[in-house]
Amino acid sequence: MSKPIIATASLAGCFGCHMSFLDIDERILDLVELVQWGKSPINDIKTFQQDCDIALIEGGCCNDEHIHTLREFRKHCRILVAVGECAIMGGLPAMRNNIPIKECLEEAYLNSPSTSDANPDKIFPNDEELPMLLDKVYPCHEIVKMDYFLPGCPPRADLIYGALVALVTGQEAELPYEVVKFD
Amino acid sequence: MSEDMNKPLTDLISLTIDGQEIEAEEGQTIVQAAQKNGIYIPTLCALHADKENGLKYDLAPGTCRICTVKANGRTTAACTTPVSQGLVVENDTPELNDLRKTIVELLFVEGNHFCPFCEKSGSCDLQALAYRYQMLTPRFHYAFTPRKVNADMPKLLWDGNRCILCRRCVLAIRTEEGEPLFVFANRGDKSTIIVDTELIQDISEELAQQAMDICPVGAIIRKEKGFDTPFGQRKYDHSPIGSISSISSDMTCSSGENKTGGEKS
Repeated sequence: MSKPIIATASLAGCFGCHMSFLDIDERILDLVELVQWGKSPINDIKTFQQDCDIALIEGGCCNDEHIHTLREFRKHCRILVAVGECAIMGGLPAMRNNIPIKECLEEAYLNSPSTSDANPDKIFPNDEELPMLLDKVYPCHEIVKMDYFLPGCPPRADLIYGALVALVTGQEAELPYEVVKFD
Repeated sequence: MSEDMNKPLTDLISLTIDGQEIEAEEGQTIVQAAQKNGIYIPTLCALHADKENGLKYDLAPGTCRICTVKANGRTTAACTTPVSQGLVVENDTPELNDLRKTIVELLFVEGNHFCPFCEKSGSCDLQALAYRYQMLTPRFHYAFTPRKVNADMPKLLWDGNRCILCRRCVLAIRTEEGEPLFVFANRGDKSTIIVDTELIQDISEELAQQAMDICPVGAIIRKEKGFDTPFGQRKYDHSPIGSISSISSDMTCSSGENKTGGEKS
């Protein structure tokens, strides 16, 4: 039987969860024995070469590209895991959810001390290449069905590793008290 | 609630909690009786007065319902239900713990609880209960309710995003003359806490600290004191809420080994 394929994605996140994933250190050698890699920012594979078994999703959805990416992952992956507070509940980007989007853009591009002088023509970035911002930041499970959730900011490397091994080997994941934290 | 709940009483009555026979004073609530006997019943609004929190009497507002138990087969809030002779209380059961987990989840989606950058994270009772009941994510949709923040006062800031309307601060944080610094306003889902901006100007360091300490979440935060406890040294970093090391005073409660329950033998 071929090894299960793992994919990862970073949506509206800071890449901290991917960093935490790399904190599994030398256990990555054990993981390589268990799985093979599909699309991921870690190996820079940009498109799905084949369907994957497990996908780790970092970050919530704050623009239309995130939604597109997340739906692609849902289509091509058997199990989606929401990794980290941003994927689970929007996280830090979701702080804007109670501020009208117009106010956010004005603060970022017109009124803040670093942009008020630098943007005399009062331009909002509006190139068609740029993804459109959503009205608010959505947790992943409000866009597609998510199968598992690993909380933390970032989730501890032990939690990510334990969950992956459990998924690959078909065992129940252990959730030690000091490893499951929201911060 | 009121002070008369705490005056010394003499008549002892017996009841059982999860099959364990305990003695209690007449007039005590189930939560108080359990506390005296080292049995953990989770609370977010009720608070046992001790040296650490500086309360003069126990609080039992009955607002959060986390302490829900079955008393003689009927679900009720343990912090407002008085003990009675022969009462049979179910507390640490899978059914009740799942119900409590649901309440925690509802509180998480109702407010805006951004644990990663909250000053109270690690020492927050709501978060600690989520850990205790192994909540990985709430099963409900986040409401992202717009809430106010009041940072326009000395020593304290009040963050409505995190407030669970437990009523502890309303009952306990008062001036020496007994005037409340925090009061409820509005009703239903419009309910909120408002701060007496005049009285709060002269608040002492001790009262400010007490206000932050008794708040079960991070709604009341001392200014310039945030994040002063490093990771690993915070209240609930190593053991769950309701286990020996996270309970103050001379309580003899069950150990943290049991992830979902309190004393049960």
